[in-house]
Amino acid sequence: MTATAWAWLVLLFPLLGSIVIALGFKVLPVKAAGAIGTLTIGLTFLCGVAALISLLGESPEARHHASSLWDYASVAGLNIKLGIFVDPLSVFMVLVVAGVSALIHLYSFGYMQSDQGYHRFFSYLNFFVFSMLLLVLAGNFVLLIVGWAFVGFVSYALISFWYRRQTATRAGMKAFVVNVVGDIGLVLAAFLIFRELGTFEYSQVFAKAPQVFHTNEWTVTAICLLLLAGVFAKSAQLPFHTWLPDAMEGPTPVSALIHAATMVTAGVYLIARTHALFVLAPTAADIAAFVGLATLLVAATIALVMTDLKRAIAYSTMSQIGYMIVGVSIGAYGAGMFHLMTHAFFKALLFMAAGSIIAAMANEQNIDKMSGFGRAMRFTSITMVCGGLALAAFPLTSGFFSKDEILAYAGARGGMYLIFTVLGYFGAFLTAIYTFRLIFRVLPGKPCPEAQELIDSGHVAHEAPRNPATGEMEDTEVGFPGAEHHIAEQSLPMRIAMAVLAFGALFGGLIQIPGVDNIVANFLDPVFADSPLAAIHPSTSWSWIGLGIGSVISLAGIGVAYWLYVVRPEVPAALQQRFSAVHTFLYNKWYFDEAIDLLIVRPTLAIGRFANRVFERFVVDGLVSGTEDIVGGGGRLVRVVQSGFVRSYALLLLVGFAGLALYFLLSSS
Amino acid sequence: MNIEWYIVLSSLLFAIGATGILIRRSPVVILLCLELMLNAGNLALVAFSRMVGNQQGQIFAIVVMVVAACEVVVGLGLIVAIFRRKLPLDVDALRELRG
Repeated sequence: MTATAWAWLVLLFPLLGSIVIALGFKVLPVKAAGAIGTLTIGLTFLCGVAALISLLGESPEARHHASSLWDYASVAGLNIKLGIFVDPLSVFMVLVVAGVSALIHLYSFGYMQSDQGYHRFFSYLNFFVFSMLLLVLAGNFVLLIVGWAFVGFVSYALISFWYRRQTATRAGMKAFVVNVVGDIGLVLAAFLIFRELGTFEYSQVFAKAPQVFHTNEWTVTAICLLLLAGVFAKSAQLPFHTWLPDAMEGPTPVSALIHAATMVTAGVYLIARTHALFVLAPTAADIAAFVGLATLLVAATIALVMTDLKRAIAYSTMSQIGYMIVGVSIGAYGAGMFHLMTHAFFKALLFMAAGSIIAAMANEQNIDKMSGFGRAMRFTSITMVCGGLALAAFPLTSGFFSKDEILAYAGARGGMYLIFTVLGYFGAFLTAIYTFRLIFRVLPGKPCPEAQELIDSGHVAHEAPRNPATGEMEDTEVGFPGAEHHIAEQSLPMRIAMAVLAFGALFGGLIQIPGVDNIVANFLDPVFADSPLAAIHPSTSWSWIGLGIGSVISLAGIGVAYWLYVVRPEVPAALQQRFSAVHTFLYNKWYFDEAIDLLIVRPTLAIGRFANRVFERFVVDGLVSGTEDIVGGGGRLVRVVQSGFVRSYALLLLVGFAGLALYFLLSSS
Repeated sequence: MNIEWYIVLSSLLFAIGATGILIRRSPVVILLCLELMLNAGNLALVAFSRMVGNQQGQIFAIVVMVVAACEVVVGLGLIVAIFRRKLPLDVDALRELRG
């Protein structure tokens, strides 16, 4: 079978799974739904591997295939095919998405076991995988937008999964609205591409672009900036990032899959996919890189003070995506995509561990109330440390190689791009601190009551479920987990998923060691061969020097975190007192929500209210009620005549005729 | 004879009929007055017909008579119906059509 045939199967399985689970929610037993969901994604992953093998059998230059099943839309000279594009980049994304999804499905199989909406959850989750794969396999911009919008919708549906929670539905709406703002940018970009190049097909667009556009011409810059609006919204970059932390209202597997490992990296994929356009618009690429840099620093500082376990990891996600955006924008495509892969491993793992702990805490997410889980939950804490080490770029873990490669490339490009190296290392330092702040706050120390209960009796804390955000009681009848919680220690599927990811987080970096092997970058090279930036390579010795700096910084960060949170636990509180202004500023997330509220939401509401008061009340209402008044008044006037007195009718008739006769007599003479 | 006399007579008859309709309340009398008005019209038609010198006006008068006969049939029928239902035979009392 050819690579494209496998790719079609990759799309088929998750869609099939989603439909079967959705239609069979009444007849399928709970475990069967989970098994179907997990198995279809597993098959998807196997098909992805088959596509990879079939691609590897060809010469590197020939590794791109377009295939279409039928016409998606054919109107007015515009023929859009339901087509996919299979090349190393899309296959790489398929493998990451399907691989991580399969593990997260496996995890959810255990984690969501007692949830009332189990079928709904797996149906959504499978549909998400389908949408995401459609996004990465799409062969033209139209299908890309379809996939893009689908993942936005599923993200909304899954954030608001526990739909009796006010906070969850609000967060879902916020995510959807912000994403739609980005979607508009993407759609406008596609329009502009079609106007300038006359086609939506990737291969034609990227082939024509260098002939039609001059470097930094305004049209191509506009296209790239519009694409970036979509990228920033989907990948939670400044200033469109505010939805991501709120998205943590969803179930933890959702946070792990959609809001850490796959969907939010769609923006990175999009930049890599359209690199041919970004090469022609270096200004736009630089803007993207600087926004990525700003995001990675801002998010890292916020993560330093967050007390909500999942939100802190969410800010870390933003920060890591910032690295990827920097990478693919400045030309370190292979490194950026590699970081995407390793990040998917360790961030999904961290979320899984966090989910396990949150379950043990009966849905409490505040780290101030957690401690001593190291003894209570050995497996979870070991995997969490593995994920934390990779995130903090501990030497020889996966994050270590991938992050430093981006920074080394920035250094090799030189000039202005050295800023990225320097500030990127600073961000890495912050990353190590906030990661191990979480770990040292949650794992060691005297066990909190919930952890103690787990140690003493092996029982997971069960309280009447309350919303941690508002404290109100949860409605368990429709779609809330209920009183039962599941932790990794007591669920084999969860343990398997976490173990595999922990392995990937620790050793995933070994497939791309500078100077030793370069599997990912070499595999992706044919895709980026047309970019002049791809020719820049940091020398092996520089890479190793970079890795050396990286390990020093990582160890220093972990050391600082150890000193602050284990050796001298009173120091953070003192610092918080001493720099309370800074702490408040960071704790309120740089006041981004408030700023957006002030700059966009309130003016919009004010305009709306003004329009309601002035335009709606006076103009529209005036028109409508004015017409009504005229008709009604006229009716009232005429009614007077209809007295019912036959003789008065006769009189009117006579007078009328007499008048008419008089008129004609007078006018004729 | 001069045409004016016919027209004056016709106008007088018409005015008497109209006044009758306006001032009387019994439907029977009103019907009678209506007949008077119609026949005033007929008189004018016949007079003009003679003045002009052709028969069209006379034929038209016959048509008016037919219409008048029909109208009387319907009108009397209504009056009998009103009487049978023991409603007051007074046009001012029958004012269900008030808007």
